[in-house]
Amino acid sequence: MTAQEIFESLKGRFGDAILDAKVDAVPDPWVKIAPARLKEVCLFLRDDGEMLFDLLMCLSGVDYRGGKLGVVYHCDSTVKHHKIVLKTEVTDADPHVSSVESVWKTANWHEREAFDMYGIVFEGHPDLRRILMPDDWKGFPLRKDYQVPEFYNGMKVPY
Amino acid sequence: MGLLDQKFENSNIVITSMDNLLNWARLSSLWGMQFGLACCAIEMMATGASHYDLDRFGTFFRGTPRQSDVMIVAGTVTLKMASRIKVLYDQMSEPRYVISMGSCSNCGGPYWEHGYHVLKGVDRIIPVDVYVPGCPPRPEALMEGLLKLQEKIRTESLAKKKSA
Repeated sequence: MTAQEIFESLKGRFGDAILDAKVDAVPDPWVKIAPARLKEVCLFLRDDGEMLFDLLMCLSGVDYRGGKLGVVYHCDSTVKHHKIVLKTEVTDADPHVSSVESVWKTANWHEREAFDMYGIVFEGHPDLRRILMPDDWKGFPLRKDYQVPEFYNGMKVPY
Repeated sequence: MGLLDQKFENSNIVITSMDNLLNWARLSSLWGMQFGLACCAIEMMATGASHYDLDRFGTFFRGTPRQSDVMIVAGTVTLKMASRIKVLYDQMSEPRYVISMGSCSNCGGPYWEHGYHVLKGVDRIIPVDVYVPGCPPRPEALMEGLLKLQEKIRTESLAKKKSA
């Protein structure tokens, strides 16, 4: 299926959960989804006979400046050989996205990384805790407004 | 054997000082602690392998700090790892030495400017005897660092406080 067909199929089925799309984007056409309905869209993408997106290639957090955070999902079908990119956007006052860990198990660690680096909270994740930074680290390092702390446990951090 | 092989011409008695004997014993069998953290670990493995061979210096890697004399910190020291390094260094028994291998453990390396998670130099938490520059240092450079440490040990004295 082409990106246009995937978008139309999603729009037909989920209507208002599909917020935006750019099917002629180079190199990856993307579809924007409302964060609260993300899980049911992903379940459909994985299980539907025409779609069969059985591989989540990558899940990344993004910080679009101006108090907006986002998550980007790169999905691939090993059976049908098509790809799609899903995007969601949340504000940093309420950064809650539904977790897709029950859809694709690989999202377990990817969502932990997005939480660790951006502070995006994934609802329904079984074990959401820091994965790269130490457990008692304060702050979310990859946000654009992050300040490097002066000391951590008695060690000077800047050069 | 280069240290002893000219001394047995007439008889098989060697006269030396306690300092020299102990220093010779210590520098000829520096048991290293395997402490590869990142890319420098690959170079350390290459130095220990057959082509560049560290074993001919009497060095072979032990898995535990309790049995090691020298800790070669090879690789990037993150803040998360730094507390563990301090614990492991405290578990080594004296006389103990530290070789800081590579740019990251010398001074933070390529992460000096923006690395929020990197400790800028392992000498912020443990005392270092020899710094080996490079990113990563060639095996010959690491061997030179080891030989420099041996020179440092050769000049030690029982009367003065040991290094590190």
